Parts: sequence; C-alpha cells; structure tokens
Amino acid sequence: MSTSMLLLVIFILTALTYVVGRSRAASLRKQSTSMHSLPRYYGYLAAICTAVPSLILLALWSAAEPVLLKSSTIGTLPAEVQALSTGELDLVVNDIKNIATGGISQSADDPVRAAAAQHYTESRASSRLYRTIAVLILCIAGALFGLKKINSGTRARVAVERAIMIGLLICSCIAIFTTVGIVLSVLFESLRFFNKVPFNEFVFGLQWSPQTAIRADQVGSSGSFGAVPIFAGTLLISVIAMLVAVPFGLMSAIYLAEYASSTVRSWAKPLLEILAGIPTVVYGFFAALTVAPLIRDAGESIGLSVASESALAAGLVMGIMIIPFVSSLSDDVITAVPQAMRDGSLGLGATKSETIKRVVIPAALPGIVGGILLAVSRAIGETMIVVMAAGLAANLTINPLEAVTTVTVQIVTLLTGDQAFDSPKTLAAFALGLMLFVTTLILNVIALQIVRKYREQYE
Amino acid sequence: MTEQTRQTQVQAMSDTTIRVRQSLKKRYAREKRFRLFGMIAIIASLTFLAVLIISITIRGLPAFKQTFINLDVTLDAQTLGVDETADENALRRANYNGAIRNSLLELFPDVSSRKEKRALYSFVSKGGQYDLQAQVMADPALIGQTVNVWLPVGDDTSGYLRGHIDTTLPEKKRRFKDNQIAWVEELRSNGQIETRFNSTFFSRGDSREPELAGIKGSLFGSLLTLLVTLTLSFPIAVATAIYLEEFAPKNRWTDIIEVNINNLAAVPSIVFGLLGLAIFINFFQLPRSAPIVGGLVLSLMTLPTIIISARAALKSVPPSIRDAALGLGASRLQVVFHHVLPLAMPGILTGTIIGMAQALGETAPLLMIGMVAFIVDVPTTLTDPATVLPVQIFQWADLPEKGFVEKTSAAIMVLLGFLILMNATAVFLRRKFERKW
Amino acid sequence: MNKENTIPALDIDQQTPNEQTIEEIVASLGDTVGEARVENPKMSVSGVDVFYAEKQAIFGVDLDIANNEVISMIGPSGCGKSTLLRCLNRMNDTIPICRVTGEIMLDGEGIYSKDTDPVLLRARVGMVFQKPNPFPKSIYENVAYGPRLHGLNRNKADLDDIVVNSLRKAGIYDEVKNRLDDAGTSLSGGQQQRLCIARTIACSPEVILMDEPCSALDPIATAKIEELIDELRENYAIAIVTHSMQQAARVSQRTAYFHLGKLVEVGDTDTIFTNPKHELTEKYITGRFG
Repeated sequence: MSTSMLLLVIFILTALTYVVGRSRAASLRKQSTSMHSLPRYYGYLAAICTAVPSLILLALWSAAEPVLLKSSTIGTLPAEVQALSTGELDLVVNDIKNIATGGISQSADDPVRAAAAQHYTESRASSRLYRTIAVLILCIAGALFGLKKINSGTRARVAVERAIMIGLLICSCIAIFTTVGIVLSVLFESLRFFNKVPFNEFVFGLQWSPQTAIRADQVGSSGSFGAVPIFAGTLLISVIAMLVAVPFGLMSAIYLAEYASSTVRSWAKPLLEILAGIPTVVYGFFAALTVAPLIRDAGESIGLSVASESALAAGLVMGIMIIPFVSSLSDDVITAVPQAMRDGSLGLGATKSETIKRVVIPAALPGIVGGILLAVSRAIGETMIVVMAAGLAANLTINPLEAVTTVTVQIVTLLTGDQAFDSPKTLAAFALGLMLFVTTLILNVIALQIVRKYREQYE
Repeated sequence: MTEQTRQTQVQAMSDTTIRVRQSLKKRYAREKRFRLFGMIAIIASLTFLAVLIISITIRGLPAFKQTFINLDVTLDAQTLGVDETADENALRRANYNGAIRNSLLELFPDVSSRKEKRALYSFVSKGGQYDLQAQVMADPALIGQTVNVWLPVGDDTSGYLRGHIDTTLPEKKRRFKDNQIAWVEELRSNGQIETRFNSTFFSRGDSREPELAGIKGSLFGSLLTLLVTLTLSFPIAVATAIYLEEFAPKNRWTDIIEVNINNLAAVPSIVFGLLGLAIFINFFQLPRSAPIVGGLVLSLMTLPTIIISARAALKSVPPSIRDAALGLGASRLQVVFHHVLPLAMPGILTGTIIGMAQALGETAPLLMIGMVAFIVDVPTTLTDPATVLPVQIFQWADLPEKGFVEKTSAAIMVLLGFLILMNATAVFLRRKFERKW
Repeated sequence: MNKENTIPALDIDQQTPNEQTIEEIVASLGDTVGEARVENPKMSVSGVDVFYAEKQAIFGVDLDIANNEVISMIGPSGCGKSTLLRCLNRMNDTIPICRVTGEIMLDGEGIYSKDTDPVLLRARVGMVFQKPNPFPKSIYENVAYGPRLHGLNRNKADLDDIVVNSLRKAGIYDEVKNRLDDAGTSLSGGQQQRLCIARTIACSPEVILMDEPCSALDPIATAKIEELIDELRENYAIAIVTHSMQQAARVSQRTAYFHLGKLVEVGDTDTIFTNPKHELTEKYITGRFG
C-alpha cells in the first residue's frame, strides 16, 4: 500500500474510532453511569490511541527504509564494487535505483547491477508489505485499546489534555531539533572536509580555486582551498552595505520617530516595509542589470576601470535592502526611550536635535548597536544579491571597484549542479557553511542579548 | 542675603541670557541641518523603492504582450509526411515546421538562397509548430486543407517590432538584417502582424526560447511548496507559541528553547538549504528538486517568524479573560482553546501570512536542494521535480536574450503582485480585527 | 499619601447634577477669589486658555509669580495645574495638539510672542519633573549638560565650578562628591530628584517650575527636597504643583487653588488654609473631595 493510501486508512480508522467512542460514552452516560468527562473526550482519547502509535511507526519505518535498503543493496554487490569510495558507491546505488524504477541508465545491461536492482525491487516490495501489515495492526490494536478504556474509571479529559500537552512540548522542541540538525549537517561534512584539507590551510590560505587543479599532488587534486579571499570579499561587501544601511536607516528612524507628523509616519513606514518585503532575488536582478552597468559607466566616464561585477554594486544594493531592517529596529528602540528623558532635556533648553543627539541616541545606543549587529549578520548571510551581482573571482582586494566573491556565493556555486557528494569541492561548501553559521550565530547571540538587556532597562 | 550677592546673581542671570542668545543662531542651523538629513534619508530610501519598481515595470510590461504573424498554412500530406488516417504518434511527429516554412516561402517567392531562407524562417517562433500540431491533432481532417493561423513571431523579429533593434547600426552589427526588415514591413502593411495579450506566459512552463517560456510551471511549483510549508509550519508554530506563552514553566529548558527560536529567526536562509541537502536529501533520501523538500526547508525557516508573531498575539489577550474562564471551572487547556486562541487568531493569521510571503520570495535555500534544474513540465504532485517563481527569475536573469530580460521582469512583477496581495491581506486582517483591550 | 481620585470632584458635590458640560460648570464657579496680582511680578499670566485639540483644559487664568517666593498650585487631579505649569516654559509645544491663547509674560516680555525663543526661555525658566529623570550619563555629565548646551562655561575649570556649585546648591554635593563619574541612574530616588534640581540650577535659570517633585519619593527624601525648595527661594522665583496640601502649606508663601481648569482662589498660603473664601476651596482643603 502506498504511503498516502496508508495515511488515508489510518485517518478513516481514527475518525471511526472517534465516532464509536463518543457514542459509546454517551450511551453509558444515559444509563446514568457517572462518567468523569464529556463523551467527546472519550472519543478523542480513543482516536489518539488509534492514530498516534501507528503514525509514529509509519514515520520511523519510512525514514529508516531508504537507509536500510541502500545498505542491503550494497551488500549484494561484489566486493570490488563495495570497496569503492562513498561517492562512487552512491553513484552506483543511484544507478541501481534508476534501473529498478525503470528510469534511464547507461549500464542497464550490466548483470551485476541488474541483479542488484532485482534485489532492490524485491526488498522494497517486501518492506512495503510488512510496513502496511505492521502499521494496520498497530492501528487496530490502538483502536481496540482506546475503546476498551471507555468506562467510568477513565479520566478521559485529563488523559487527552496530557496528550495534547506532550504534543505542544514536542512541537516547541522542533526549534531545538532544527538547530541541532543544522549543526550536525554542517559539522559532519566539514569534519570530512578538514580530513582532506587541513584546517589551517582553509582558514589562513590565500589562494582559492576549487575548480581547477593547480598541483597534481594536492589533496583531491582539485584546486586549493584557502578561504581568506572569500572572507575578505564577504567583509568588503558587508562593510559597503553597512555604510549605506546604517546612516540611511538610522536617520530615517530618527526622522520618523522624532520629527515626522503622524500622517507622514503612517505613509512612510509601510512604504519602507515594502522595501523590506521585496525578495532578494529581485534586488539581485536590479543590481546586476541596472546598478552595476550604471556604476561601470560612471566609473569609466571619470577614467576608472570598474569590473562589471563590482563589489560596490552588490554592496550598494545590499545596503538598500538592509535600510528598512536597520530603520525598523532603531525605530523600536528610539520610541522605547521614555518621554521623560526628552522632557528633561527640552526643559533645560536643548533643541530637538540636541536632545536626540545627546540624550535619546546615547540612551538608545545599546539597542541600536544590537540592531546593527543583526543587520551585519544579515549582510554576511545574504545570498541572492551577491550570487547575481558579485563575481566568482576570489580576488584578495579592498578595492570596491573590483570583483570579489563571498562565502554564500561560493556555497551556491559549489553545490548547484550534480556532484559527487564527498568531493572536496562539495565538502568545502559545508565548511564555508559552518563558518557562516558560527559567525552569524555569535553575532546574533550578542545582538539579541544586548537588545534584551536594553528592553529590560526600560520596562 | 546681602545686596552684593544679589547683584552677582542678577549679573549671572543676564549672563545666561546673553550667552544663550549668542549661541542660538548656530544651534538652530544645526537643528535644521539634522532635520534635513533625516528627511533626505527617508526620501532617498523611498526613491530607491520607486526606481526599483519603475525600472522593473518598464522592462517587464512588454512581456505581457506577444506579437503574432498571420499565415495561410497548407497542410498537405506530402509536406507533413502523414495523412489523416495516421495514428496519434505519427500525427505528433509530423513535419509542421515544413508546412509553416512553405507558407512563408509562398509569401515571398523571390527568396531562394539558403541564407535568405533561414532569415525568413526565423520570423515564426519554434513554438508555432506546436500550435499547429495541437490544431491538427484535435481535427486530423484538416490535413490537405489550407488553414489561416496566427503564429507567435520569433525572438529577433519580436525585438525588431518592439524597437529594441537599432536600425541605424550598420547591417553587419545587428541581428536583424535589411532584407528581413523589408519583409516584416511588407507583412505589417498587409495587416499580417498583430500584437495581443501574451497568454503563453501564463499557460506554459519554462523553455529555452524566450517567446515560449512561461511561468505556469514555477507558479505551480511555488503553490505546492507553499502548501507543504503552510500545513507544516502553521500548526507547529501555533502549538509552540501556545506552549511557550501559556504553559511553559520558567526554567532553563524553556529559556534554551526561546533563545533558540530567536536565533533561528536570524540564521541566514542558505544555511537552512544546507540542512535540507544534508538531512532530507542525503540522509532521508527524499527526491531532489521536489516541492516536498522545498516545503520542509521553508517551513523550518518560517517557523520562528510565525512563532514570534503568534506569541505576541497570545500575549496581547488580557489575563482577565483567562481568569474569567478559569473561574468558571474550565481547565487551563480549555481556557486556551476556547477563549485565548480564538481571540488571538487574527494576529496569528497575520503573522502566518507574512511568514508565507517570506517563504514565497525565498530563493537561496531552494538552490541548495536542486530546485534550480531546467524543468519544462508543470509539476502536479509533491515529489515531481519542480522549480519556484523566485528561482525561475534567478534562472532567467542569467540568460542573455533580450526576450528573457523582459520575461524576468514580468515574472518579478507577478511575484511582487502576489506578495503585495498577501501583505495587503495581512494589513486588512490586522486593521479589521485590531482590538484595544 | 495622595490618592488619585478619578471621580470628577463636582459629582460628589451634590448641588451640581451630572448632565452639565464642563463649560457650564466652569461658568458657575464665578470669578477668581483673592488677589492674583503681585507688585513687580517675575512672570505674569493673563487670560490664558489651553486646548487639547477641541477639549479646553484651562479657562481664562490670571496669575502672577513673584521673585523670591514659592507659589504652590493645588487642586484635584485633572484640574489643569500641571498644564498651566508646562505653559510657563512652553513645554506644551512638544504636544502637537496643544494650543495656548492669552498672554504669559516673563520680565514684561510675552513668552508666546514671535521674538521669544523657546530654547532661551527654557534656559531661563527651568523645570523639575514629577518622576526623577536623570539622563543615562554620569552625575557630572548630567549637571554639565545644560551649561555645555548653552555655552555657559569658558573652559573646563569653569564647568567644574558650575557643576560643583549646582550640586552644592541642590544639597547633594556631599553625598556624591566622590563618585561624580557614576551613572546618574545609580542614585536613590530622592538623590536623583535633587540631581535633577542641580541640573536645572546649572543653567542659572531665573524661575524654577516643579511638577509634583516629591510624588515619587519617600517621606524622608520629600523632607529634604522641601528644605531645599525653601533655600532656593532666596535666589529664584519658584512655582510648584503639588497634590499634598501639607506640602503646599509647608513650602509656599502663596497658594493657588484650581478646579476643572479654572483658578478658583488664590492668596497667601496662611489665608487659604485657615480662612478660605470660596466654598470649593474650603471643601477641598477640609478633605471633602480631592
């Protein structure tokens, strides 16, 4: 039975148990048995007993099946094939899967692979059969158990509420699972990468060219992995972006919070939010097609040579993208400064701008710094603008008119397209991902801590 | 107080006045300057927005129009290589292009050299044959007859007709030659060229030919992906928000969860793509390029956004409502599900829509999980290979043809249209159900 | 302690029914009782009306503020005494919907006239607020803030002098002299309020306005501030808004009683508290409402 079919059956059985359970409880109640809860809670309880265990089993089975099938298929292959590297083995397994599912494969005639495909098909079919039987048995057993529980001794509402509470708790832990998942997925691949390329070479190396072999004797013989030019490029573009975003964002926030009339505020704020809501791919298109040629032409007209994919274009547009982010965070912290502060300063004869510069901004500074750190982390992690408007050339330069590349650009370039999963090239992307994650995580933790402290100060 | 001290006092007072007066002019100038900077910042930001939207609209508008050429195509069995008795497969593979080319040659009988013929043939888009194919397959009896059809023109011709080709350049330097111009002008004066609304753009999948490329495939891909995202992230986010806001004990574990959620909201989206690649595709062996994986990744990414706004919505329900219900003997869970949650629902929905809008515009993580492949077919199930609208934009943006620049801008306009619609709904919900307690 | 009473005072006074508009009630209060004018006033308020958007908060008030004297403004909450005080140094300018008509003079010059600059006015007419609001800066910087803004000092030594003198005058110097670099917010509530007074004094104002300066303080801190107000009277004209009739009796020489935005009665503090002329004043000071 297919997964969706099985889900449907479980759903029908669950609905059925609910109806039966509720009516049985209702009839018990009519016979003036004193029941603890309303009839529908007995129905819920029975339904939970039916659905939850079988769904868990189904999920576990479906998750484990591909992994087990793969290893069992590899087991049937001759020893010399099994001795291949993980990446090549993956290719072989994919090929076998293709043969089994009737897809296109170059080696369909290979008897070994045909046999393996046969084995794959058979074990998959039997796995599916056992899965259906096991799930259905568990489902029905759960239903019977749930229905048996319908008597005056069961505190159905309490049990149902406890089940719901457990469900809520599990849901709230998904955030933790996600973080753990991110850490595990980038960490493991990164460790494999650092087995092939030494950590020091990666972090301090000045040469980045993953695509071409420079020396034949080099690890993986596919280029060099010194990430300094990439880090420098990321930094350069982020600095340009912040140079645009911080002054514009901060001044916009100050103007909106302190000067603008409520009419201006009610128009300008949503318009700025639109700027924040535009997808980054649109900014990337704008940067590559409009801003970059503009900068190049402007540069050429005053005799400067500008790369067609200059760091300036990408940084500038990224800065524009971050303006509303800085402005709305600053707006929040500026409006959180108590009016009494302003009154105190104005009452001493300060002008409005003096009050803002000398009292409001210093008072809001922690919050603003926190906001700017969050914006920096955003600039570092921004992908589409730089992929479309910054280059691939890993130049180590601080000249904003040259092309540079960034961590995110390299991750995208290394991972798009079909590649063997454990080539150093692919693994390098995960190492870069690890660097990106760690850097932004540190920035975020510091920023959120600062902002939180700041909020508490005025609450 | 002696007379002398009082005297000093009076002097000090006038001193203050004098000094303040002296400084006033400078201080007001500074005040004005500062205010001006603020205004400039706002105006500049809004100008960026205007320039962005206007430049994209100007580039994209022509893509909603398509130029057609009117031809009398003779569907003789000899050219097509089939007759009306042929089976479906043979009909599909018949040489419709030949028929179209013949009809073009009929219009301009003088054309004889190979080079000239090729120039002439480029008038009709390669997609023209599919239109013809569809007509014939619907009615095989047409074979042997002459049909009058409107067929889409090719990319270069369309470029010329829209004035994208600079005719003042020497002939060698442009893609559209003098003889082609003469022919097109003749057709135009005969009324055989017409511009209409480009329905192809909405009814076809991706293509290598700009005049045939449409966004239907990526729109459906986006729809399926968002469906997965919504069904996963909404219930999980609401459950999490309820737990954290209503039931969570104040302890270390709760703290860790909260810090975690806030951090996840600021993790770069591409990192979620790496997670999807390593966990969903490589570990759980889910299919690449599939909406199900895209939806999973995007729902993990949007969860924090929805959780944070849902918590804010729950928090804004005053405690007196909870007290009232508890006082009537409801259990804490009943209080939440019967009273608090319904009252918070508009706020939660607003947050969800904003989260979905974010997911709709997201590109980077989907590149990681292979949704960047060239896919012509419109996806219909969650495991079909698919792409989404922003990724389609990214792919088209890389292509050099003028036609694709238009298509990219047009696709952006469609994407922005959806986003504006979603955000407007969110704003509407917020305004309509906003409650002051 | 002072209790905020949200019920409008005249609801308790059963002579006037609920349905009357504020304008009608105000009209029924009659003219101000007592002498609003003094000889040689520092500030002089004539026929001032204040509106918040359409709502009128102050009705035709006449009042003088004299040199070397403390005048206290009392009355039930919402009676407009704080609003009037904030008009005296144009702090109401910061509220966009607030509109002031009538005339307020400082040394014979209209403070709402075109020639008068609010910045200069506020340097000359200082204000101390209800809640102590030191800036999130050091104690020294808090006091130095005003002189620096206005360029009152010639050099650093000058500024040091001003800061020390102001802290001395505010009676807080001995408590903070060893920690001038500590944050102003690290002080206790009473110390913070005296710091705010020092901050105001540092600008060498001519008038000091105090808006319920002790309402957020404990009795001991309150006593210190009251003592300080009495000392400051020698050099400044002081107007204080207070909720506490005892405080008004203790610190002020003249007292003005406000009701629903109308100045009902004004006179020597002793006379007001021992022999009030207007019926409402009597009811208020005898605690029938408030």
